[in-house]
Amino acid sequence: MDRADGSDILVVPVDCANYALLQRLTIDLHATLKHTAVVASWDLSPQFAREPARGQYNSSLILAELFRRRTDPPVRILGVTDVDLFAPVLTYVFGEAQMRGPAAVVSTFRLRPELYGLPSDAELVSRRLLVESVHELGHTAGLTHCHTPGCAMIGSTYVEEIDLKGPGLCEQCRGVFEGVWG
Amino acid sequence: MDHKDYAILIVDDEPIVRESLGKWFTEEGYLVETAADGGEALDRLTQRNYDLIFLDIKMPGMSGLELQRKIRTIDANATVVIITAFASVDTAVEALKDGAHDYITKPIDPDYLSHLVEKLARQRALAAENVELKERLAGMTAHGSIMGESSAIQKLREMIATVAPNDTTVMIRGESGTGKELIARAIHAGSPRRYHPIVPINCGGLSETLLESELFGHERGAFTGAQFRRKGHLEMADGGTVFFDEIGNVSAKIQMDLLRVIESKDFFRVGGNTPVKSDFRIISATNRDLEAAVAAGSFREDLYYRLNVFSIGVPPLRERDEDVILLAQYFLSKYSASMNRVFTGFTDEARDALRQHRWPGNVRELENAIERAVVVGSPPTVGAGDLPIKPPREEIPPQDMSLEVIEVAHIRRILEQCGGNVMRAARILGIDRVTLYNKIKKFNLPR
Repeated sequence: MDRADGSDILVVPVDCANYALLQRLTIDLHATLKHTAVVASWDLSPQFAREPARGQYNSSLILAELFRRRTDPPVRILGVTDVDLFAPVLTYVFGEAQMRGPAAVVSTFRLRPELYGLPSDAELVSRRLLVESVHELGHTAGLTHCHTPGCAMIGSTYVEEIDLKGPGLCEQCRGVFEGVWG
Repeated sequence: MDHKDYAILIVDDEPIVRESLGKWFTEEGYLVETAADGGEALDRLTQRNYDLIFLDIKMPGMSGLELQRKIRTIDANATVVIITAFASVDTAVEALKDGAHDYITKPIDPDYLSHLVEKLARQRALAAENVELKERLAGMTAHGSIMGESSAIQKLREMIATVAPNDTTVMIRGESGTGKELIARAIHAGSPRRYHPIVPINCGGLSETLLESELFGHERGAFTGAQFRRKGHLEMADGGTVFFDEIGNVSAKIQMDLLRVIESKDFFRVGGNTPVKSDFRIISATNRDLEAAVAAGSFREDLYYRLNVFSIGVPPLRERDEDVILLAQYFLSKYSASMNRVFTGFTDEARDALRQHRWPGNVRELENAIERAVVVGSPPTVGAGDLPIKPPREEIPPQDMSLEVIEVAHIRRILEQCGGNVMRAARILGIDRVTLYNKIKKFNLPR
């Protein structure tokens, strides 16, 4: 068990090799949401959530485990993983969150341009990860998908849609978010 | 679009599927409920309507197919999407034949799912909007178009309300300019056929061959210039209403053709040899005395009885004195707005002139008179001089005229005033119909 050292968001590596990416994410989350974030000193192996037939990892199980390890006083726990996630009935997800709960998880697997036959781009992955992290953290504040152009809460089912939105929240979503997060 | 009013029910015996899909749609902002089996789903359906129902095809107890059929009887408007594993695609196809909208196989591609539901939600919203607009339009057409507070107009409205919902053939009788087509449209708008077209055809304004082509359509090459196949008015009115204006003026051949169409509900395009089926209601109108035409042999008696199942008489404007000012005020507002000239009303003299005029051209004449007054008058009030009507003058016959000449002139004038309606003319003249027919024949008067 780890403490968030007074931070609002605890970023937990879940089989995530790129520590620099996580450090960058904490800085960007703070800049975007005005809430402090810190990388946890522990990590979580996702093997328990692996579905051999699909070669993917069950995001709902990972969420449940993150929730089990939540800290007190409550902070938001954001798992970041390099493995490919799926929700049981869906072929894949970029991430998943507990609606109005403390836990969320995002995967970098489908955010990498290499997966689509394009040259690697660390900056792009970093930006996509920030957008999706804000998106899933928005769900933990009870936000549903938004239709305001540019808002991070717009639903995305393919990676190009992530690039069409920004990491920030629209005025309305931000109002709800601040109401919950303070 | 706002999703929170769009209700989704997920019916699946696997909790993980219910949770996973439910969560997905909750994040999308939809109103989501779940049911673990057919019984629970039916319980929920008795409590509220759902816009979209996801239904697992294989469930213990009541199968998805059986449940789908039951859902149809409870809420025929709900869209059903079948969830299936690859192994049960055949069953899913069966469900599609039973009316399911689509099927999705597990695991579901989130991109496909997202777009499918978004598309269905939009379709639902458009369909609801469409129904609302049509209802609003039908209401406007049915109730807003026939103006007047006189007892004659109130009775007319009651007759329209009575006959409109039935599929009865209607004959509208009235002088020229009384608004017979407006009444036909109100009947159509109040009928179950209102979402289909009303197709008017002026039988009096076309030659026999042109009317035949307009009514029945023609095949390519049927006559010189027929370069393409063309649908006729009867075909275009399929599901709706055909309005035959001036039906009393059609030739004997067209009368015979129409009789055949009314009896068999099918016809041939000009130059065609394949029968065309069309389902339409008939409303006809005339300003002629059709009974007299039947008696004279110029209109088929069998067609007359076919068309005259329910007869509506439209009173001339001179018999609706109390409506003249009301209508005049309505037309004044209409043309003031369209011409951007601010008229608020009429002078007392103009009102008197409007009331005293006989309005032989009926509402059409009144509308034209007000339109002209708005053009030539000086706002804010229309004066008597702005109206293109002359004060009534007493006609004094020259002293050297015989009684017969005066009688002929008077009968001719009354017949014209009644639009050839012998019955009404006879009533005004104070003689019976047979006497009037004899006088028409004797003096060789036109009707």
